[in-house]
Amino acid sequence: MGGQLGPHLHVEGTSVVHRLPAHAKLVGLLLFVLLVVALPRDAHGHRLAMLGVAFAVVAATRVPWRHVLARLVVETPFVVFALVLPFVAVGPTMRVGPVTVSRDGVEAGLALLLTATTSVLMAVAFATTTSSRDLVRGLQRLGVPDRLVQILAFMVRYLGVVGSQAQRMKVARESRAFAPRSVRSWPVVAASAGALFIRSYERGERVHLAMLSRGYTGRMPVTDPLSASASDWARALAPSVLALGTLVVAHTA
Amino acid sequence: MHVPDGFLDAPTSVATAVLAAGGVALALGRARRELDDRTAPLAGLVAVFVFAAQMLNFPVGAGTSGHLLGGTLAAVLVGPWTATLCLTVVLAVQALLFADGGITALGTNITLMGLVGVWSGWLCYVVLRRVLRSAGPAAVPAMAGVAAFLSVPVTALAFTALYAVGGRVPIPFEALVTAMLGWHTLIGVGEGVITLLAVGSIIATRPDLVHGARGLATARPLEIRTGASA
Repeated sequence: MGGQLGPHLHVEGTSVVHRLPAHAKLVGLLLFVLLVVALPRDAHGHRLAMLGVAFAVVAATRVPWRHVLARLVVETPFVVFALVLPFVAVGPTMRVGPVTVSRDGVEAGLALLLTATTSVLMAVAFATTTSSRDLVRGLQRLGVPDRLVQILAFMVRYLGVVGSQAQRMKVARESRAFAPRSVRSWPVVAASAGALFIRSYERGERVHLAMLSRGYTGRMPVTDPLSASASDWARALAPSVLALGTLVVAHTA
Repeated sequence: MHVPDGFLDAPTSVATAVLAAGGVALALGRARRELDDRTAPLAGLVAVFVFAAQMLNFPVGAGTSGHLLGGTLAAVLVGPWTATLCLTVVLAVQALLFADGGITALGTNITLMGLVGVWSGWLCYVVLRRVLRSAGPAAVPAMAGVAAFLSVPVTALAFTALYAVGGRVPIPFEALVTAMLGWHTLIGVGEGVITLLAVGSIIATRPDLVHGARGLATARPLEIRTGASA
């Protein structure tokens, strides 16, 4: 873990979640998070239950917890925001110890914290169990426009190549005693970005020529399409069914 | 900058997803004119570049650092339609493979950074280019820089507007606008300066690659010099 392009999340495995076809997983993920977002504002207990579901799904992936929890740092800015909310929101106030805070702010901060954590956990469960190739096949299967899937496929494929190029440029800068400390280093950073663009673009041209010489006509053939059985769908949609039930309960309560 | 899940309510998330899908569908058709049949490999590599450029940190001072958003930079370099596609793919990969940015907020993020971020910067650049036509290719980096600077507070304002519609907390609107604008004007300065310098360095070596400089950079005809030069 920990390349220059941020931690690559995918972890090989054979758990139930790993074996599910990517398109079914993606639909399940999207539905589940959408249903959690749709929960009424004050349904904190229901949200907590959904957080429990998310933890259960992560546990089912059998990916080490250390790996999962390290990824929760992407949430940090919103944790800060959630903590600030009680002090900046308006509306009826309440006293917590020595300070007066907005009741709506506390509620909203709590809701944001629970929802964001639930969704990050589910997204991590998806990302750790789905290889980039399966993601591309899954999007293809779901009928995402071919051009967009191709761009995504090329991006994912060359992420490592361009990433290590950027890393080599960083080593080259630093071996010439460059240390980014102040605004005076901006021209160097910007020139690196410029050089990286030219190299990426030229690589794109070479890739295109190489593909043309191998018979590329602007379409990518689908060699082995994904398929999901009824039990695959049932497993992939199980969290969403739980979320739907919770949503109905929260609305009728 | 990435909006997480639960920040905006479900109807707003769905509405922005529809908006994003429409914008991306339009861009898919139009990007063909910018890159012809090379679209997929080239746009893919430009998307990797945007992704990597977002990883380049520049020190802001006091131990903190900022990073490039890259919407305007991409629009000036490869054209706005391709830039929209690149930003869309970058955001999708960040959400799906790196768990960065909400899944249901993907539409919101594409709308904000891929549509508003790219197009506000591009429109500003086009207006500047028309006004300063006589300045020639030398002014391209400066125009790109100004456009990049403006695109950041505009995107922040768009976010504030979305928040006013679908936000879940009663924060006074004026206070939110002031805070977001103040903060993002600062971020915009970094974005603008880095974009200016980066476009400048590309114009110096490969002016033919800069989409926004087409028609401005006068092609130098091949000169055949005879005789030994002194």
